Parts: sequence; structure tokens; C-alpha cells
Amino acid sequence: MALGGRERIWAEWMTAALAGDEAAYHQLLTALTPVLRANTRRSLSQMGAPVGDAEDIVQETLLAIHLHRNTWRQTDPIGPWVAAIARYKLIDSLRRRGRRAEVAIDELADALPDSGADPEEELGRRQVVRLVDRLQGRQGAIVRAISLEGAGIRDVAAKFRMSEGAVRVALHRGLKSLAQLYRSRDG
Amino acid sequence: MRTEEFIRALAADRAVEIRPGLAFGLALAAGAVIAATVFLLALGVRPDVLAVLHTVRFPFKFVVTIALFAAGLRLALALARPGGDAAAAARLLAVPALLIGGALVIELAVVPTAAWGPRLIGSNATVCLSAIPVIAIGPLVAILLALRSGAPTAPARAGASAGLVAAALAATFYAAHCTDDSPLFVATWYSLAIALVVAVGALLGPRVLRW
Repeated sequence: MALGGRERIWAEWMTAALAGDEAAYHQLLTALTPVLRANTRRSLSQMGAPVGDAEDIVQETLLAIHLHRNTWRQTDPIGPWVAAIARYKLIDSLRRRGRRAEVAIDELADALPDSGADPEEELGRRQVVRLVDRLQGRQGAIVRAISLEGAGIRDVAAKFRMSEGAVRVALHRGLKSLAQLYRSRDG
Repeated sequence: MRTEEFIRALAADRAVEIRPGLAFGLALAAGAVIAATVFLLALGVRPDVLAVLHTVRFPFKFVVTIALFAAGLRLALALARPGGDAAAAARLLAVPALLIGGALVIELAVVPTAAWGPRLIGSNATVCLSAIPVIAIGPLVAILLALRSGAPTAPARAGASAGLVAAALAATFYAAHCTDDSPLFVATWYSLAIALVVAVGALLGPRVLRW
């Protein structure tokens, strides 16, 4: 992964994020996304795998970075840490896809553009909608409310008549369940 | 869902899992208690322990097993973190290897050839081969659980390193029971028992350490 001086600012954002700075964390994830996207697409096309899977892998990688940010220390360079997670998730996801190669071709055919939307973006969008939709009950509803509607913790708490603490617990469990869905998905 | 939307849910989640260093500390504490319990119930410390403390060979067994434990722990921690410098940590395994290797050379130099066989075979080989793996079970489970709080990108190697740490801990306890103190015995039977636990760890790793 090509990394330069931006690693310093990533490390600063992550340090702030681990101290509870939500805005810095959002900046970090936003900055990581295009880098992960470019690298994932390049790797997929080099391996002759469908580039349409890239966005799905990017989201799974971001989720892994998020759930495992406890493994980064301030003294560690953040670039190799991100790159190692991205590589692990790419290989893991290709191995899973290998087991459903025929399905993948069908899905790609299904995803042929029928609108002006970017087909690659569209495929990633459809697959994650499916996984998030499979998140059960309250957890799934909370994850969807925050991502799709941009609701804050307080809004969600009011909407579902829960305490903010209970919303935070359900959100975290929901994201962990989503990671589990990715892992267990064979087809 | 667009990635930019998905990021909102991630940013809103402030819960951070337990750090690998702390998880390892807890696992080792729990593993050591289990190992000590199994050791004391099944084997116990050898009766002449006070007398042999003054020898060279008996305390040296602990030098080797503790060096192996420390190097293995460092390796396991490096393997628990993505991008961790596992190669540098693995090179430190040379320390226990050189310690036992050097001791072997000295033992062969100072002990008459006729005694090599009896010292190699010893009187506890089968106990050693079974006791170290049995004592290592508890610590192995605990360390694998600690690794699950990390993000090992090489699960088989991470599992093997967990086996190494657990086996070195078990060997440290077992060394207090065993009356075979010759480096010839230690280099042979301890190594075989430890290798067995490392292999079990390597087999378990890919099954239990996925994330």
C-alpha cells in the first residue's frame, strides 16, 4: 500500500479516536476509504477476480479495522497495520468467494447496469444491504438508522425509547454480528 | 448501503475491545493457576528439591524453559497484532535454542560416553511426554482466547505460538517434578513434548482464530 506523510495524520486521528473523538474517527475512516478502494480494485483486477466485489470487501475491511482497533498502539506505524488488515480481509474474502465462484458470476450478471448507477458501486451496495438486512431485530434497526438516516445516538435512543447506553451496546453488538455474517457467508 | 453511510455507524460505536497486552496478562494469570493446580494434584515438586537447588543442572532447566516462555510470549504478542514484527520476535527464539544447545555441548564434554545413553533415556521419559501436554491444556485454551481478542493475520502460526507459550509454562512446572536434569534428557524429551503442543496449537489456530 502506498503510504506517505498522511500516515502521521492517520495516526493522530486514530489516537484521538481511541480517546473518544468521534469526529476525528469519522475523518480517519473517510480518508482510509479511497485508499482501501483503490488498492482492493487493483488487487482484484490483478488476480482476475470481479472488480465489482471491491466495495463489499472495502466495507468488510473498514468493519475489521473498526472492531480490531484495539490492536493498534500509538507507537506502531499505522500504515502497515492497515495494510495487514486489508490484505487479510482480501485473501479471506477471495477464499470464501472461491467456494461460490458460480454464484459470483450469476450475481455479476444480475448486477449489470439498468440505470445510470456505477455498476461496481451498485453491486457492493446490494450485497451489504442484504447483510445488514439480515441483522436481527433491534441491533439491525439501530445500525441502519445511524448509517442510512444519519441518526445520532440520542435520536436513536429517543426513537426506540432506550437509554443511550443501551443503544451503544446494541450498536456494538450489531457491528460484531455483521462481522460474523461476513465470516459465515459462503454464498 | 454506501460506504460513506456505513462509516457513520462505525464512527458512532465507541466501544473498544480489550487490548491484546491486557488479554494476554489475564490469560497467563488464569493459565498459570490452572497449570499449577494440575501440576500439584497430579505430580508435585520432587522431594529432594532443596538439595538439588545447589546443583547446576536443576536450576538450568528453569533458565531454558523461562527463556523459551519469554521468547514465545513475545512472538505470540507480535502475531496477535496486524503488521506486528513477528520475524524479529521469532529470531529471539534463538536464545533458548542456544542455551540448550550450549548446555548439550558442555554435557557431552564432561560426561563419560558410557553415561550418555542412560542420561538421554532418563527414568521419566513417558511421564515427561504426557505431563507437559496435559499441564499445557489450560494455558493453551487461555492464550488462544487472548489471541481471539487480537487480530492474528497468520492463524496457524499464531496458534503454534500459543502452543509454545503454554508448553513452556507447563515445562517450567514439570521441571520442578522431574528428576532427570541432564541437558541430554531435556533437549530430547522436553522438546518432543513441547513440539506436540505447538502442533496442536498450529492445528487449532485456523479453526478458532478467524476474524
